[in-house]
Amino acid sequence: MKAKIRKIATFVEETQREMDREISPPTRKAAAVAVVENPCAGKYVEDLSELMAIGEELGELLTQRAVAALGIPGHSAESYGKSAAVGENGELEHAAAIRHPKLGTPVRRVLGKGAALIPSSKKRGGLGVVLDIPLGHKDAAFVRSHFDGMEVRLNDAPRANEIMVAVAVTDSGRPLPRVGGLKKNEIKGEDGLR
Amino acid sequence: MPELVVRKKMTCIEEILHEGGAIAATPLRRAAVLTVIRNPFAGAYVPNIEGFMDDLKPLGLDMACTLVQALGGDANVVEGYGKGAIVGAAGEIEHGALWHVPGGYAMREVLGGAKAIVPSTKKVGGLGTRLDVPITHINASYVRSHFDAMEVGISDAPRADEILLALVMTTGPRVHARVGGLKASEVKGEDGLR
Repeated sequence: MKAKIRKIATFVEETQREMDREISPPTRKAAAVAVVENPCAGKYVEDLSELMAIGEELGELLTQRAVAALGIPGHSAESYGKSAAVGENGELEHAAAIRHPKLGTPVRRVLGKGAALIPSSKKRGGLGVVLDIPLGHKDAAFVRSHFDGMEVRLNDAPRANEIMVAVAVTDSGRPLPRVGGLKKNEIKGEDGLR
Repeated sequence: MPELVVRKKMTCIEEILHEGGAIAATPLRRAAVLTVIRNPFAGAYVPNIEGFMDDLKPLGLDMACTLVQALGGDANVVEGYGKGAIVGAAGEIEHGALWHVPGGYAMREVLGGAKAIVPSTKKVGGLGTRLDVPITHINASYVRSHFDAMEVGISDAPRADEILLALVMTTGPRVHARVGGLKASEVKGEDGLR
């Protein structure tokens, strides 16, 4: 494996009630986060292909971990998102290199499908920085009930020469969706949008 | 006594491969399970609250079992534990103390009669409050390699009328433990201390 992983964390959130209403079945989100060494930290590196290769590995590993944490087959996942935080000696472009060119393909392979763009966020930050992972329906970005987010944080990451990479997967949308828009049972699933 | 109402649950698992030293042959795992419940005593001083500890016992057992499952299902891998509570703004610290008995005894029971006291911490706080849950060896509090802590929290909890309850288990010593003291291999396991 190219990625030098220091730690991996998995989070599962299950919401059973909201505003005193029962959520049945509960909504569930999972995120898997890897803290890896940033081989490009501390200097300007023109060719970021090493980071792209790390992204490809992490796409598969983190998606598998997130789906396993939910205890569902990949194709039952409904929404997804990704996020990264670069430590102080790295640049935002490093987060882009890990995530955008190659991370998505293995995510979609694990989930069976995924016509929609994987919503993403990135930042540079110190230990304990909060990642707000945006979430959207995996086959149709316009499904309004599935616009959501998941916050993750590790108190001891990222160190200055590290990158923290997260993939989030859900088996549901928001707990009490009622703002209209495209519904999941209306998805055509051809263009990734509707 | 009042009904136990759960709003959400969260499970976090950290797998630590190294922290600058050699990669661990068996990575350290720390797991936390958090449950957000309604605080039945929020908003007023209630003199008699003790009975609620009994109501929390089934939840404690359920959470302890969830932790063992999160660590692979074999209680024998668990070597450290801890517990904590965050009471929302309309409650008092004493409400957090209700968790000592049901949380602690549940873990000891699930782990087959662990000897050491379960270290704990608690506070009153708002949404997103973080809690550093202390961790010690399950059979001998003085085992120095197992002194640890895990930071936990949920971005949208506890609301003012809620309590966030936490249990934590770990599978071994700190990843590069080397500050001496009583070793896990030297535990007598009679008094819970050594």
